[in-house]
Amino acid sequence: MTPRFNMRSLILNTGATLLLPLLILFSLFLLLRGHDEPGGGFIGGLVAAAAIALKLFAEDYRAARTILRVHPLQLVGVGLVLAAGASLPAILVGENFFTAQWWTLDLPIFGSLKLSTPLIFDIGVYLGVIGTVLTVVFTLAEAEHS
Amino acid sequence: MTSLLAILIGCLYAAAIYMMLRRSVVKLVIGLILLSNAANLLIFTAAGLERGVPPLIEEGQQVIAGTAADPLAQALILTAIVIGFGVLAFAVVLIHRACEVVQTDDMNEMKGTD
Amino acid sequence: MDLTLLVALPVILPLLFGAVSLVMLNNHNVQRWLGAIGTASILIAACALLWQCREQGILVLEVGSWPAPFGIVLVADLLAAIMVLLAAITGFATALYSLKTVRKRFERFGYYPLLHLLLAGVNGAFLTGDIFNLYVWFEVLLVASFALLIQGGERAQMEGAIKYVTLNLLSSALFLTAIGLLYGLVGSLNMADIAQRLTQVEDQGMVTVVAMLFLIAFSIKAAAFPLFFWLPASYHTPQVAVSAIFAGLLTKVGVYALYRVFTLIFNAEVEFTHNILLWMAVLTMLTGVLGAAAQFEVRRILSFHIISQIGYMMLGLALYTPLALIGGVFYIMHHIIVKANLFLVAGLIYRLRGSFELKRLGGLYKDHPGLAVLFLIPALSLAGVPPLSGFFAKFILIKAGVEVHAWWAVGIALLVGLLTLYSMIKIWNEAFWKAVPEPAPAIPAPGRNGLLYWITGSLAAMTIAIGIFAEPIYQLAQQAAAQLLNPQLYINAVLGADSL
Repeated sequence: MTPRFNMRSLILNTGATLLLPLLILFSLFLLLRGHDEPGGGFIGGLVAAAAIALKLFAEDYRAARTILRVHPLQLVGVGLVLAAGASLPAILVGENFFTAQWWTLDLPIFGSLKLSTPLIFDIGVYLGVIGTVLTVVFTLAEAEHS
Repeated sequence: MTSLLAILIGCLYAAAIYMMLRRSVVKLVIGLILLSNAANLLIFTAAGLERGVPPLIEEGQQVIAGTAADPLAQALILTAIVIGFGVLAFAVVLIHRACEVVQTDDMNEMKGTD
Repeated sequence: MDLTLLVALPVILPLLFGAVSLVMLNNHNVQRWLGAIGTASILIAACALLWQCREQGILVLEVGSWPAPFGIVLVADLLAAIMVLLAAITGFATALYSLKTVRKRFERFGYYPLLHLLLAGVNGAFLTGDIFNLYVWFEVLLVASFALLIQGGERAQMEGAIKYVTLNLLSSALFLTAIGLLYGLVGSLNMADIAQRLTQVEDQGMVTVVAMLFLIAFSIKAAAFPLFFWLPASYHTPQVAVSAIFAGLLTKVGVYALYRVFTLIFNAEVEFTHNILLWMAVLTMLTGVLGAAAQFEVRRILSFHIISQIGYMMLGLALYTPLALIGGVFYIMHHIIVKANLFLVAGLIYRLRGSFELKRLGGLYKDHPGLAVLFLIPALSLAGVPPLSGFFAKFILIKAGVEVHAWWAVGIALLVGLLTLYSMIKIWNEAFWKAVPEPAPAIPAPGRNGLLYWITGSLAAMTIAIGIFAEPIYQLAQQAAAQLLNPQLYINAVLGADSL
């Protein structure tokens, strides 16, 4: 499968390889700080999707699909399960559907860690956004190839 | 400021409708993009403009002192932007496919189902 | 278990089932099972919801424990519960029908997850008590319907989809505009709260402007005159199971939104708004049925009839008397089941004869008398022949029209019923009665259609049951209409009795 135009550029290629892990890390950072500060699942997801799209531009469709390992729609599925599932813990403790639940974990070195259903929801959004954006990008890239 | 924005919104709506009435499907998509932006700007304006007063509650206070920008309207716009983004991404893919299948971007050629 | 959880189930169940079947994208068998089990569980939840609604009155769920009017509420009054049940029935029938008819290729592109997502959007739109949330659910169901509509990628589908997508996005943008202006007027999004605050707005002219924007937005979605063109251009292009669920449910979400908004929120200037509704209703009936008369393809005829039927439902809202609203609700109940059924029968015709064109069909009565009966029941019901469900639906509406002396509306409603009968007889004569046309078209190899017969047969049985048990159904519609006519009930349920 050779592209019609040779768009490969050494600079972009190397840059993408270096940037990809950084961007993914940055997207996770955005995701986790999102509860109290600017950031969140949506923006984090966009950054992560952009990282993989960059891989697609630098190399090709196949390379991008390989890093993702799964079909992007499956990511959407996992994201939706998490986001919808985040509504359920409240029911188990007898509160209104979708009420936020908070758990505090005491860890030996880091001090206390606060976990919550909004965090689960946000991770769901994160995965959902990556999946949706990449589905669109891959669909267009696939059409270009064939 | 409000009336300026109102005029701008009116222009955006007009431009959107004009683009949607053209024969090219690409212009149709541009029209749709303009339309969703116009609607978002309208919510922003209709909820009332407040300059430089973010809706933040001061340390130790229970309510916002004085007036502040309406955060709900901004939340609405954010949601609408996200939804618009998703739907327009779909529209772009659809039109790309449609142009491939029909081999033209002229709406007049797409009358097979009427 | 908390009762109010029932209100969330019809939304959260399809979302969860859809999500899980998306994860299982490559495992077709799991997807098919999830499709059947998921829709069945929604059906059970919907039955329970309607039952509880009748027992307990309007059920309200404050999502995330945020109190109304600040948080989002899910509200199930009788109309919403009835609509959810109808959606569940249609969804279940379609999912079972899909097991036999949907091609492997489409399953790989996420047919079942989309079906679940569509149902989640539809149920969400029925149950939400928040006007912006209504917009969000509309978009959810639209995106799902876009994707379902173009599965297959044929030219006709693309051409139809462009019109469908454009007009629906235009309507969404108008809807959003109206929400923005309304929020600017009253500063609230909770529908009960809006209804209360609107009475205190000084600029009632502006309220009417916003009402008209909502009217245009929802009537595009409901495919009412004059902006119905997207429907006959697109509904006959996807696979039959998709057509059936679209025909049964999607336009009715628009009708439901009209019912909700124009009984709860914009009920001050009835003379003006509902008069426009009346004109639209009558013209919708007329154009739909005349359009159908000019068509010679089964699905296109049925598509145009959706439009004319929407007119009847709007007529119920437009007349705005207790009896008329009962008629409208009754009509929606009858129509969703009959319409989905007719499309599913059309799918069976296609499986047996390989065509939807009346010219190439024929001899079905001789070869498949069972199918002929299955077609006749919903077809005659659609036309309003007693004692089937359509007769009572039309009868109540026409009686309501006579009561308020809307003679010309009554006359046209009767005429449209007659023309509907003409269309149905046309299909009957061409597809079932006349001999197989020469040269005989290639008949596809007979598959096993037992399940499909059972599904269409069950829906037909429901049509007959609505006709036979018209009395209890009438009472249900009466209770739903009573709630619609007394919006204070809804407001009190959401905001608490001591509001104001």
